[in-house]
Amino acid sequence: MHEMSLAEGVLQLVEETAQREKAQRVKLVVLEIGRLSSVEPEALKFCFEAVTHGSIAQGAALEIVSVPGAGWCMPCGETVPMTESFGACPKCGSYQVQPTSGTDMRVKEIEIE
Amino acid sequence: MCTVCGCGAGEVKIEGGVAGQAHEHSHVHPDGTVHSHSHDHANEHAHDHAASPVDAHAHPHHHADGSEHSHPHVHNGEHVHEHGHGHGDHQHHHGVGGDLDYGTGPARAHVPGMSQSRMVQIEQDILTKNNTYAVANRRWFDERGIFALNLVSSPGSGKTTLLVKTIERLKEKMAITVVEGDQQTSNDAERIRATGVAALQINTGKGCHLDGHMVGHALQRLKPADESLFLIENVGNLVCPAAFDLGEHHKVAILSVTEGEDKPLKYPDMFRAADVMLLNKCDLLPYLEFDADLAEANARRVNPHLTIFRVSATSGDGLSAWLSWIEAGLEAQRGQRSETVDALKQRVAELERQMEQMQAAK
Repeated sequence: MHEMSLAEGVLQLVEETAQREKAQRVKLVVLEIGRLSSVEPEALKFCFEAVTHGSIAQGAALEIVSVPGAGWCMPCGETVPMTESFGACPKCGSYQVQPTSGTDMRVKEIEIE
Repeated sequence: MCTVCGCGAGEVKIEGGVAGQAHEHSHVHPDGTVHSHSHDHANEHAHDHAASPVDAHAHPHHHADGSEHSHPHVHNGEHVHEHGHGHGDHQHHHGVGGDLDYGTGPARAHVPGMSQSRMVQIEQDILTKNNTYAVANRRWFDERGIFALNLVSSPGSGKTTLLVKTIERLKEKMAITVVEGDQQTSNDAERIRATGVAALQINTGKGCHLDGHMVGHALQRLKPADESLFLIENVGNLVCPAAFDLGEHHKVAILSVTEGEDKPLKYPDMFRAADVMLLNKCDLLPYLEFDADLAEANARRVNPHLTIFRVSATSGDGLSAWLSWIEAGLEAQRGQRSETVDALKQRVAELERQMEQMQAAK
């Protein structure tokens, strides 16, 4: 969803950092996208290419690091791995699982020169 | 394609994709070349786009039906692709003009002992910009004891009718201000203004959601009263508004019984982001095959903490519980504000006392 807005958010962070670091260009952008976040990585890649055109990040490679999901299962009373948002607990099958990690979308780092 | 949300772009998964179905691809390349093409396809094929032998190459694609195919393209610029065409995955230079060099090899102007490129850590959330505006809005509301709600739903769930009824029943008890988000027209704001409260329409144009920045501007324009109710009716869209915090205290999702019971499962992000769900149009239940209990169970499956009210905006059934919930929320905001004001007064008194002591010591 709204990958175009997200790609613009990424570009904004990248441009601010590149400017501060007096970079000539951006070669690589590394994102951390949680498996439970609502981002479609393929759509984000597509939009990233589109929004970076004409910017300092034009042509930069986009690396998406997938962060595994985990949640707190209330019936089990422990943290369990989650592969999909709103999925069932792999141990007890309950849906009372509160995602605790893998929901974030972050710009981790960029390579500049 | 929606130019804001990117809906329809990229490799969207289509459940049970049918062979022989027509569909469209568009590509944007780093050199700015954009091309799109639609085609029918069976399970496997390849097709040409006026390929020149020099720098034509192919992209493999995967489709939902499991088929894979390649499109050859021609480029003018210079760039790198990963693609398989007989010699495995590797990177190429297409050196035809242009100043950019996307090579991954050693830097040409390499300084011994020092790489010309370096990594810079950013470690920031992609939605930082929006979240900054949202935090500012929330602080603004809290300082004034304003209770802010963000109403989200599909188009046609009865949001505006529900707002009108809510306003009619509450306007004698509290000051109310409304922001209306729609792609086009000011029809909704006019419906709200007819109730006698101030309303501002935001047309998002091509946009599919309101964001924190738009709402910040609306606050400046509307200047809601202290200790009042601030209602934001978001664009009718169950996907995008989920991710954009506007600075509200609660998102309220509205599901109507003329939709499907499984909507919370189909659009889980929104029901997860909401604190309250209103099941609207309940007066129609006798005429529909809609299982309200199942709808509630589905909603609680994606969000166990959801508070649910069954209402009918047209008949008024069930509205009193919803209205009481709003009143309680506003009361809590007022209470917090007076606590903050009292705390500040104490702090001021304390500082004044210290100043007097210091002046006396001189």
